[in-house]
Amino acid sequence: MQLDAKNIGFRYGKSPWLFKGINFSMQPGEVVGLKGPSGTGKTTLCRILAGYEKPLEGKVTLGGKALPEIGYHPVQMVFQHPEKAVNPRWKMGKTLKEGGRPDDDLLARLGIQQEWLERLPNELSGGELQRFCVARALGPGTRFLIADEMTTMLDAITQAQIWHAVLHLAEKRKMGILVVSHDAKLMNRLCDRVIEL
Amino acid sequence: MNLSFKGKLSLNRRQRTILEIGAALGFIMAIIIGRFMLDEGSIGTNLSERNLPPSFEHFFGTDWLGRDMFARTIMGLSLSMGVGLAGAVSSAAIALVLGLAAATLGKTADTIISWLIDLFLSVPHLVTLILISFALGGGFKGIVFGIALTHWPSLARVIRAEVMQVRSADYVHISRKMGKPRTWIAIHHIIPHLIPQFLIGFLLMFPHAILHEAAVTFLGLGLSPHEPAIGIILSESMKYLSSGLWWLAFFPGLSLLLVVRSFDAVGERLRVLMDPART
Repeated sequence: MQLDAKNIGFRYGKSPWLFKGINFSMQPGEVVGLKGPSGTGKTTLCRILAGYEKPLEGKVTLGGKALPEIGYHPVQMVFQHPEKAVNPRWKMGKTLKEGGRPDDDLLARLGIQQEWLERLPNELSGGELQRFCVARALGPGTRFLIADEMTTMLDAITQAQIWHAVLHLAEKRKMGILVVSHDAKLMNRLCDRVIEL
Repeated sequence: MNLSFKGKLSLNRRQRTILEIGAALGFIMAIIIGRFMLDEGSIGTNLSERNLPPSFEHFFGTDWLGRDMFARTIMGLSLSMGVGLAGAVSSAAIALVLGLAAATLGKTADTIISWLIDLFLSVPHLVTLILISFALGGGFKGIVFGIALTHWPSLARVIRAEVMQVRSADYVHISRKMGKPRTWIAIHHIIPHLIPQFLIGFLLMFPHAILHEAAVTFLGLGLSPHEPAIGIILSESMKYLSSGLWWLAFFPGLSLLLVVRSFDAVGERLRVLMDPART
């Protein structure tokens, strides 16, 4: 099932169009990079693809069908700031299970330790939290993963560890990944092709 | 209630807070229990013991009809707490319903409710309270309705803001995309976030309600004169202050102050315990 964005246009309120007539498509199992200077709407495009915003023009389809409004969204996005993406009152175990139980192999590859599941978000570091966000977004129903600056705030070793885990899973499940980053070297390592916004 | 411990007994902030809450709760419980050990007989008139100053027999002295002021104060305080409880519970219920409605029922509802909140906040509590309880003919009903209808706006505003804030949080949006239904999100994400705010708002409403009840009763617009309410005791004792019967007003007034401060302390301390980041 391929993910298609046809003729997408978006703007906030009455401000000028952020972008218009964006077309692109992604195949399952493909790793695509998205780059562009700050403020050109990379994050907004990600939010549209993941269903957090509705495009004002055009549409996003998965395998020719519109994306579901309710129920598990097959395009999942990982946010740049993990501390805002988890409920501060929940233990991490509950947060992790929100999108269905992730498999133990993935947790091990992401380096999530069993004892962390009993902790609250403020007892973990940003990098540790981001692993949970990645694991949560990789539920069984995920067909495409949108990684918006997913590992920007992490050190190189952690970055490598997380990307190894994600790429391994993507290959196994034939899952497509959209990588948004300012790090050209990272993009070259990961992506099959890079598009510019 | 700033108890300080010096010397050997050193406690951290959390322990001190719990101790303070315990002391305040103990004081409040003592009054409630005391109320059940008294009956109408203990505030009966005894003309042979009129106008006695405080002694071991009558802790707070006696009034011009020989009634024991200690018993009257305890009964008055428990009555005030009853009024405060009824008023604060209904007021908190109104606040919860309106706050949630403003945050969830769309723009029109929000505009109307916010306007209503501003309207009530712009008029001093006491004025609206007097108006409402006077319109309802005074008495227990008038006071409770008056308190219920005047104390909700600030809590409603807090609830509205909290719901709006948590509703737009990233983790709630993510939860939607994880396929969770709205009711599930309300129960698991939003309500747990509201409970501490709501409970503390409710507790801090309590001393207000008690104080306003006493004030309105003092002005003669609240509870009827035969009931041993603190407001009644204070307004009656005004007549006798000039003849030197200071204990008629002093002890009941001091007790009222202590009760109000105790509730206030419990609410404040719980707020600090539950939400240490926002002191």
